[in-house]
Amino acid sequence: MSLFAYDFMQRALVGALIIGLAAPALGIYLVQRRMSLIGDGIGHVALTGVGVGLLLDRSPVLTAVLVAAIGAIGVELVRERGRTSGDLALAVLFYGGIAGGVLLVGLSDDRSNANLMAYLFGALSTTSRGDLVMIAVLGAAVLVTMLFLRPALFAVCHDEEHARVSGLPVRALNLLLAVTTAVTVTIAMRAVGLLLVSALMVVPVATAQQVTRGFRATMLAAMTIGFAAAGSGVWLAGQAGTALGATIVVLAIAAFAATALGAGLWRVLRRRLAPATPLPVAGDPPEVVLSYLPPE
Amino acid sequence: MSAVVEVSDAVVAYGHRPVLGGVHLRVAAGEVVAVLGANGSGKSTLVRAALGLVPLVRGRVEWFGTPLPRFRQWRRIGYVPQRVGAGSGVPATVAEVVGSGRLARRGVLRLPGRADRAAVAAALDAVGLAERAGDPVATLSGGQQQRTLIARALAGQPEMLVLDEPTAGVDAVSQAAFADALAGFARDGGTALLVAHELGPLEPLITRAVVVHDGQVVHSGAVPAPAGHHALPDHDHVHPHGPQERAAGLWGAAP
Repeated sequence: MSLFAYDFMQRALVGALIIGLAAPALGIYLVQRRMSLIGDGIGHVALTGVGVGLLLDRSPVLTAVLVAAIGAIGVELVRERGRTSGDLALAVLFYGGIAGGVLLVGLSDDRSNANLMAYLFGALSTTSRGDLVMIAVLGAAVLVTMLFLRPALFAVCHDEEHARVSGLPVRALNLLLAVTTAVTVTIAMRAVGLLLVSALMVVPVATAQQVTRGFRATMLAAMTIGFAAAGSGVWLAGQAGTALGATIVVLAIAAFAATALGAGLWRVLRRRLAPATPLPVAGDPPEVVLSYLPPE
Repeated sequence: MSAVVEVSDAVVAYGHRPVLGGVHLRVAAGEVVAVLGANGSGKSTLVRAALGLVPLVRGRVEWFGTPLPRFRQWRRIGYVPQRVGAGSGVPATVAEVVGSGRLARRGVLRLPGRADRAAVAAALDAVGLAERAGDPVATLSGGQQQRTLIARALAGQPEMLVLDEPTAGVDAVSQAAFADALAGFARDGGTALLVAHELGPLEPLITRAVVVHDGQVVHSGAVPAPAGHHALPDHDHVHPHGPQERAAGLWGAAP
């Protein structure tokens, strides 16, 4: 474990583990709403925030949080109105975000390609102590919010109309989800990069739900998978000298493929082992069915 | 009897197309009211407008004597929306979906306790799904998923149930289970307002039928006998679902 004797590796590990836990805890609600790709779009918008920060010589992480939050709130307002043109509005916002980001980074004094690449694909090993504190505080805030508000967020993402008639503050919860998505994207940008953020939100959830039956179980399993992929990703990237963000995401996808294969094999095996498929479960006695046929 | 919900002079339009033209509806405590009508008649819109899910162009709604914009006691209402299935993008157990029905009573910031678990169990029992509590809701049949949503509404122990097409496309066993659950709810003094295309086993429970046709209430009273081709034995219940549909008089209203 000599690798983790280095300060920068320790910081990379801590940052990655926090994000590995927080990203799936948030991502599960996006998957539940069938908006798995929204994190990717917000990542595009965050790049404009990075550009603004570099141009103004401010912390790019801070400006990225602000711009991504504004973008996420915009997306939520479009979604809320339920217009069919929402799809196109999102596309314009996302490509505007990435084009604006590349443009602004190019205008700044700090316009090296390496700098742009660091935000697009992550550079956790260059994380400063101050960055790490910010990642830890914001990551913990996201995690606590997602866990504590689980029943309410579950209800809103599962059936928004029902939640509204239950008197839940639907709009506030949706905006909260939008802002926490922006925060998660921005802190994860240091680890896996803006173009791979969404993978860490979605892939652990996709992996978990192949074997789980309930929402709570899926959430806990996805957080475990995200944590494990982040931890082993930092170790493997250090050993093999590969890019950290890409290594974490490849490991998460490998876990997904292995689980999908395993679950498929298990289903086949179970069918083989129990060849006498029982007839459709009783409980619907024929006379009950017949008594509700309309009288002719 | 005091009114649970009173809709007065409700006008609703989608874009420039009027859907409801000045409708009145009053449901008193203890009533079980069925809103009947053809596809596109405005019957669903009437109920959704009453709940504030569709904005009114004109008119007013009162729940338990409070105007809708100031109404906050949502725990007194249990709502079953019209939707396909009870699933979503992530697996959820039947008990988890039904547990959402407790939020109106418990609020957002409190964690579920023993009373919540007991109410979920009782609601599942009422719709005959107690054994399926731990199963993923997506593995249930369409009728069982609909019963899950009805259990979610019952779990909040409401005084009033509002159901939008609760029996559409539901198998006979689930319809029977639902009729039992609704009968129990009404027997305990509950009020219900349900939108339906046809009543089936629910008919004996209905105390009053309201027929909506072309955005107007054209009948309020006993359940009308099926009229026209609807009553013919070979009627096959295929209705076009076009937005421009102006099907006439399926429920005995004048064409």
